[in-house]
Amino acid sequence: MDAWAPGWLEFFQFGSVNVRTVTLGCMVIGLSAGVLGCFAFLRRRSLLGDALAHAALPGVCVAFMLTGTRDPLIIMLGAVVACWLGAVSIDAITRYTRCKEESALGMVLSVFFGVGILLLTHIQHTGGAAQAGLERFLFGQAAAMRPHDLRVLSIASVLMLAATALGYRHFKLASFDPQFMEALNLPRRWASLAMATLLVLAVAIGLQAVGVVLMAAMLVTPAAAARYWTHHLSVMLALAGLFGAISGAIGAYISYLQAGMPTGPWMVVAVSVIFGGSVLFAPKQGLVARGLRTRRFRRRTAEENLLRTLYRLGEDHNDWEQGYAPAELIQYRPMDTAVLLRIMSRLERQGLVYEPEEGLFQLTGPGLERAARLTRLHRLWELYLTQKLHLPADHVHADAEEIEHILTPELEARLVASLEGAARDPHARAIPEDSDESAEADSKSFPGGNNGNPRQ
Amino acid sequence: MHTVWILIIGSLVGVSCALVGCFLILRRLAMLGDAISHAVLPGIVIAFMLTASRNTLPMLAGAAAFGVLTTWLTNVLMRRGQLQSDAAIGVTFTWLFAVGVILVSAFTGHVDLDVDCVLHGEILFVPFDTWTVGGVDIGPRAFWILAGVTLANLLFIGLGYKELKLCAFDAALAAAMGFNVALWHYLLMGLVALTTVAAFESVGAILVVAMLIVPANAAYLLTDRLSVMLLLASLFGVLSAVGGYGLATLIDGSIAAAMAVFSGLIFLAAALLSPTHGALGYYLARRAHRASSHGSATPETP
Repeated sequence: MDAWAPGWLEFFQFGSVNVRTVTLGCMVIGLSAGVLGCFAFLRRRSLLGDALAHAALPGVCVAFMLTGTRDPLIIMLGAVVACWLGAVSIDAITRYTRCKEESALGMVLSVFFGVGILLLTHIQHTGGAAQAGLERFLFGQAAAMRPHDLRVLSIASVLMLAATALGYRHFKLASFDPQFMEALNLPRRWASLAMATLLVLAVAIGLQAVGVVLMAAMLVTPAAAARYWTHHLSVMLALAGLFGAISGAIGAYISYLQAGMPTGPWMVVAVSVIFGGSVLFAPKQGLVARGLRTRRFRRRTAEENLLRTLYRLGEDHNDWEQGYAPAELIQYRPMDTAVLLRIMSRLERQGLVYEPEEGLFQLTGPGLERAARLTRLHRLWELYLTQKLHLPADHVHADAEEIEHILTPELEARLVASLEGAARDPHARAIPEDSDESAEADSKSFPGGNNGNPRQ
Repeated sequence: MHTVWILIIGSLVGVSCALVGCFLILRRLAMLGDAISHAVLPGIVIAFMLTASRNTLPMLAGAAAFGVLTTWLTNVLMRRGQLQSDAAIGVTFTWLFAVGVILVSAFTGHVDLDVDCVLHGEILFVPFDTWTVGGVDIGPRAFWILAGVTLANLLFIGLGYKELKLCAFDAALAAAMGFNVALWHYLLMGLVALTTVAAFESVGAILVVAMLIVPANAAYLLTDRLSVMLLLASLFGVLSAVGGYGLATLIDGSIAAAMAVFSGLIFLAAALLSPTHGALGYYLARRAHRASSHGSATPETP
């Protein structure tokens, strides 16, 4: 461990040119792949990136075989040409044969990759030492990046991002509503073509650090992670770029610490961790936030149900100024006594219910107000279903049981308007009056709301 | 003898992959096959590391565990995470494959496994790894494993032919008739994982995709009968193995990669020359149609 300490310190000081080059290079790659992957993601063609990235390998090999150099520009050019051939093949197979699109993707992916591996092994077997380092395009080896490489990468990346910014409005339309775009007589095919070209370029740029095999992850995963945080395309693009850049830095860091470690897999693991964090903890769409929301709703529903049951009991006994025992409540709404007591204690904390005697529960003033409003919504809905939708009276309870927790005051007003001041529900029970009118009367006739609960 | 063993083992890879591949492509699951073949890598590597040998049973167990993990994770991301299916597959398998490659790189000195093996297998060396039973050399271990898997695939397809066929062509009808579609789906996926593991040593984790889907797609272009398609696909699998070996010796490269390339050539030939679904057939039919509609008074439909 001691041997590592100076290593990571040196990394963060960015002392050597090499560290700077590698880190910046990986970040640029992560950034451009993250941004451009968003469009493929939104068009539900995430796996196209996978196929195209694999298809780049023969281009890399041929470029090397023809020129004998590993100049990034030449290699990128070869990769772009091969990717293009792959894209054209996918298109041709789906269009001219009856093979399905995912079959075409898989075939292009594996056969092109096979050609690449065949050429690569051929070079290895015949080329001697000169070819050393071509394998790094498989899984990426950021450590081998030179300042010249970084310059090429950065220029290409800036150009791509500029092109994305220029075509932004068209790309947005083509991603979300291509039919509409066609209807507006905008160049949908050109937008599609431009997006595919940019995707190919992003793949070609990424080869050096991520490698062909895992390039797909850098296209899909940042976009998928960003999707959990926002509904705005511009924010999504920025976030995906940021996630890509961060994982690029992490990948560079790890491959710096551990010589010989391929960078690509570590970048993918880093971006996958970011993705996992997003799935769980994103503020609105994350699993935790959604789980909490569901729980809160369930609890509120359970509480409101008991409020309404207390109201029913009071109605049947014609007396809301008396406490009712759990057993009586359970007769109306079967449930476990322990559960009931737990919900009651929550209601007491909220000042909606109090215990006039130990073990008896009574609505406070505000509690009665809430309960009356819920009952009103329930019965208004039942009435609406029977009168307007002509459902039989014995079929409407379950539906009202759900809607009573959701109805908004606006909907309530519309219900009242359409039912024209009806006073009784289909089961001939009185519909409680609007809480605004009855509120003052309630607080006068039910002193429990003020005296019974000191916490209020 | 070495060459013969390579040809036999390659052919067995071709046949076993082509058999399950037919059902994969008919159920439009070609990319899921790709995902599973990538995602089982960490399972294989962990089994390697734990047992420090190429024992097949732990490898199968590890691969099966990660195959199940992949399908489960994809499902969780789709259902609970509300992610679209292509992204769910893409995220899951790339992550698992990355972990596998990292494990291989980290322990490459300690176990008999390297990145090359992951990529394109080492079919050239497979015949040297022989099995001895009771002091008698009974041939390469890979041969017996692949023969077993091929037999298992044949048996599975033979026993469940009707169910598999129905699920492949009309899953809704199969469900309506009371077949357990999900069960057959998972059995098929299990078999894909099994075949992938068996073929792993010979052709690696990525090129196995070519053996799974390319011969099957070539056969798909030539026939409309499932039984004929299975036969043709197996034949193309064998052809790919033999042709690939020839190609590899010709240009001095990886045999597994050459097998993938050769299967691609077979597909290309099928796509061009197929009388019913190929470019040539289409062209001829169109010409016949034109000639008849121009020449005679009674036009025929092609």
